[in-house]
Amino acid sequence: MRTLVYLSIGIFFGITMFKSEAASWFRIYEMFQFQSFHMYGIIGSALVLGVIMIQLIKRFKIKSFYGEEIDIQPKDKGISRYLIGGSIFGLGWALSGACPGPMFTLIGAGYLPILIVIVFAVLGTFLYGILKNKLPH
Amino acid sequence: MKYILDPWPWYVAGPLIAFIMFLLLMVGKRFGMSSNLRTLCTMCGAGNTSDFFKFDWKSQRWNLIVVLGAIIGGFIGATYLSTSTEVAISPKTIEDLQALGFSSAGTAYLPTELFDISALSNIQSVLLLAIGGLLVGFGARYAGGCTSGHAISGLSNLQLPSLLAVIGFFAGGLLMIHIIFPLIF
Repeated sequence: MRTLVYLSIGIFFGITMFKSEAASWFRIYEMFQFQSFHMYGIIGSALVLGVIMIQLIKRFKIKSFYGEEIDIQPKDKGISRYLIGGSIFGLGWALSGACPGPMFTLIGAGYLPILIVIVFAVLGTFLYGILKNKLPH
Repeated sequence: MKYILDPWPWYVAGPLIAFIMFLLLMVGKRFGMSSNLRTLCTMCGAGNTSDFFKFDWKSQRWNLIVVLGAIIGGFIGATYLSTSTEVAISPKTIEDLQALGFSSAGTAYLPTELFDISALSNIQSVLLLAIGGLLVGFGARYAGGCTSGHAISGLSNLQLPSLLAVIGFFAGGLLMIHIIFPLIF
């Protein structure tokens, strides 16, 4: 049953990524050129609603559908890992035009070369795991 | 039906993404896609190489199912819910991209130079996709999250680390598009 719930949420997410064109390389390029409001509108409106939603969940101690506490863990403290790691991610995001959600959506949409991006994203993650202790965090 | 078959405007897509985050919170999970890349490493046996990959990947099975759904969603969106997959980017962007050699700008969903099946026989295209993927995977884990985990979930929870990460995303993206692209294309 829960499997079906996760699958449905994923399908909904995939359709949204594809239909909003957030999975389009062109939209990412356009965003970094500041030539359209589209991507800023998507992220911005999701964010405004997200902030309100999380404030309400915390304020009214809203429980999950299964009656459990919704405990949102704060992110670990740090500066360099976020700035350096974030910049490396940004370089790749702009080059491949795909972040880790949409890249999977694009397999389904039939753009097979995206598999190269995914395989190397897994390799990049692996590389981070090996080098983790040597990197500033 | 036309509204579904046309590309979805930002004011529909943004709220839907917020709703997806809400649904995940309400089933006791968190919205974050890049952690799946780590789970895939663990499933491939990376736990033998680094402690970073030593965890019970089955605890992340739910998120892999979300990914499976995202793949199916991409298929449904492209096959049944679209009459055209042309992306109407701004005329200025089309002009700039064509000058860079992206002839498919304005007439395709992704640039054919990188994502058409024929691009697989072009070494430069394959190399660029590989480097892009490597940077995304490495950077996302280094920063502890990607667009979903930081730009949406983290910022929604007013997390300073997420703000730093998003500043990084943009610094890297701007560097790539404005400084590196003119050198490689």
